[in-house]
Amino acid sequence: MKSTMLAKKSKPGIKPDAETLKRMLYFLKLTREAERRIERVLYPQGKIVGGVYIGRGQEAIGVGSALQLMEGDVVLPSHRDFSSFMIRGFSLADIIANWMARADTPTRGRDNTLHIGDVKRGVIPIISPLGGTCPVACGVGIVLKRRGNGNVALVHLGEGTTSVGQVHEAMNMAGVMRLPVVFICNNNGYAFSTPVEKQFAVRNLSVRAPAYGMPGKTIDGNDVLVVYRAVGEAVARARQGNGPSFLECMTFRMAGHSAHDAAEYVPDRVLQEWAKKDPIQRLEKYLLTRKILTRQQIDDLDRRIQKELDAAVAEAELRALPKGETALEGVYCEPDCWWGKAGFRIRDSGFRSEKQEARSKKQEEAGIRV
Amino acid sequence: MPVLTYLEAIRQGIWEEMERDPSVFLLGEDIGAYGGAFKVTAGMLEKFGEERVIDTPISESAIVGAAVGAALMGMRPVAEMQFMDFIACAFDQIVNMAAKMHYRWGPAVPMVIRGPCGAGVHGGPYHSQSNEMWFVHTPGLKVVMPATAYDAKGLIKAAIRDDNPVIFYEHKFLYRRIKEEVPEGDYVVPLGKAAVRREGNDMVVITYGAMVWAALEAARELEKDGLSLEVVDLRTLLPYDEGAVLTSVRKCNKVILLHEDTRTGGMAGELAALIAEKAFEDLDGPIMRITAPDTPVPFSPPLEEYFLPNARKVVEAARKLAEY
Repeated sequence: MKSTMLAKKSKPGIKPDAETLKRMLYFLKLTREAERRIERVLYPQGKIVGGVYIGRGQEAIGVGSALQLMEGDVVLPSHRDFSSFMIRGFSLADIIANWMARADTPTRGRDNTLHIGDVKRGVIPIISPLGGTCPVACGVGIVLKRRGNGNVALVHLGEGTTSVGQVHEAMNMAGVMRLPVVFICNNNGYAFSTPVEKQFAVRNLSVRAPAYGMPGKTIDGNDVLVVYRAVGEAVARARQGNGPSFLECMTFRMAGHSAHDAAEYVPDRVLQEWAKKDPIQRLEKYLLTRKILTRQQIDDLDRRIQKELDAAVAEAELRALPKGETALEGVYCEPDCWWGKAGFRIRDSGFRSEKQEARSKKQEEAGIRV
Repeated sequence: MPVLTYLEAIRQGIWEEMERDPSVFLLGEDIGAYGGAFKVTAGMLEKFGEERVIDTPISESAIVGAAVGAALMGMRPVAEMQFMDFIACAFDQIVNMAAKMHYRWGPAVPMVIRGPCGAGVHGGPYHSQSNEMWFVHTPGLKVVMPATAYDAKGLIKAAIRDDNPVIFYEHKFLYRRIKEEVPEGDYVVPLGKAAVRREGNDMVVITYGAMVWAALEAARELEKDGLSLEVVDLRTLLPYDEGAVLTSVRKCNKVILLHEDTRTGGMAGELAALIAEKAFEDLDGPIMRITAPDTPVPFSPPLEEYFLPNARKVVEAARKLAEY
């Protein structure tokens, strides 16, 4: 994560330095391999509970965007943005244990897949009726704007989700209220079995953005450097108080909608075309050509990632399933809340860093109400 | 002590919470410059400014969703539905997003959704509903409906201070029709506690909202017959005061369950099951329900009058029950 500094004063990260480039490769590969392990090893072994939704081929979107986040920013990832969770500091073991429905997880067995969040880390998860996080992002934006620290909210949604009514309510609200929200649309060609031709009448979704009073851009979602730059520009706009943006990241869903969807409705030819544009191969080539990394270093990275995964899976498997009667606990947030006892941060100032917290305390003492 | 209407009491409660806690803010349609369709929020924009009294576009889903987002960021939003009939437009955000969030991953979601409900003003099907049971049926929410001005102020304060999503129903028939002495300054009426409005021995009417007044009117009428009617006002529908319900049933042994809401799936059914489960031995007669019939709220006055429960219907039922 970027170092703690007043987000408003930050320079937009457009051209990543070598350190950031290496982090990009790490998170792209970690995401790809973690999801492969979940979908192709653990799931057939019967170790995963419930459905499996991964973002194979779409990793550049989560990585390129989440690496623009600063302290105090908030991200609302989709189920195809595994990397956003990792970049914001969730542990691999926690995520895998959640897939395995164990008790010692961010949801304590109450919800599955990537429906995990953390007040402290600035991550708000989706609910299965997609589109709902867009208005929530507006609410986050209202508060961030008022606090005036230049923080932003990034909300992810798929191209299919843009057909949901409340997404339009949210885009309209963000536009008319000039909220610091960046809408990141993952256009991966299919919403379950529904191709884009059946989803909307326009060719590209970015044309809708000016209708809500914000700029819209369609970009190559399989080039992590392009994503990083575009998100950086949008985030800079928002930090300066110039309101929301809409980014349509073109990519392709290289797996089925879920693990039990063979996706036979996708023509092989299309998959082959998109395999040539794989985001990981492209960044590898970029780094090798510019001698930022050697082939040996990349192979070492691959091995390290496998070891990380082995360790995380082993740790997750040791965790017990929850006891049945715990289902009754924590329906309400009460003073002696079950979640509070388990060490979760429940009711605090929200996603504020300590510095921001101290600053707003000073403001309140001076009679400036925020 | 000043005498306030039910509406003025709500306004004062919100105002005092806005002064007391800078994290409280309001959002909704026409609440700022106009002061709210019923003027509940009149004067608040001028006093607290447009960052704390937000006039939104017509977007119930976005209004509620934004309240959720703001609550996660440590604020205490109070979102208005111009009429509670329109709350259906925000259904997904309430039952799927707000209600389940704490259970699923732990954060507090302190927010209030408030608005006018109820019939008796010739409002028709979309300005008269009592749709509280949609939310009583949703674990994770709290549902409140005050019947008196005193309670309206105390309960809106409690709701705003609660760390959970609270759906706060204000009965529009009561807005300007009832008034009483309401203490200035801070006091809170706790959520989850019923109130005995009238003590009695022969039978108890358990009710809430505007129907509390119908029950009290019926009780005065029945006194002439020598019948002593206890009246219990639930005040909070979720979580409801099971103890108070059972105490009165065990004391009076005959019970009438009364609400303005329609019959099937109404609160009376829930309470009837509870009473049959836990106070069967204490009953000296069948549990009676007086509710609206299973129709949308009709518009034309004779239709609406036929539809609504009233004191006369309570008296008739009580006399029948007394003979048992």
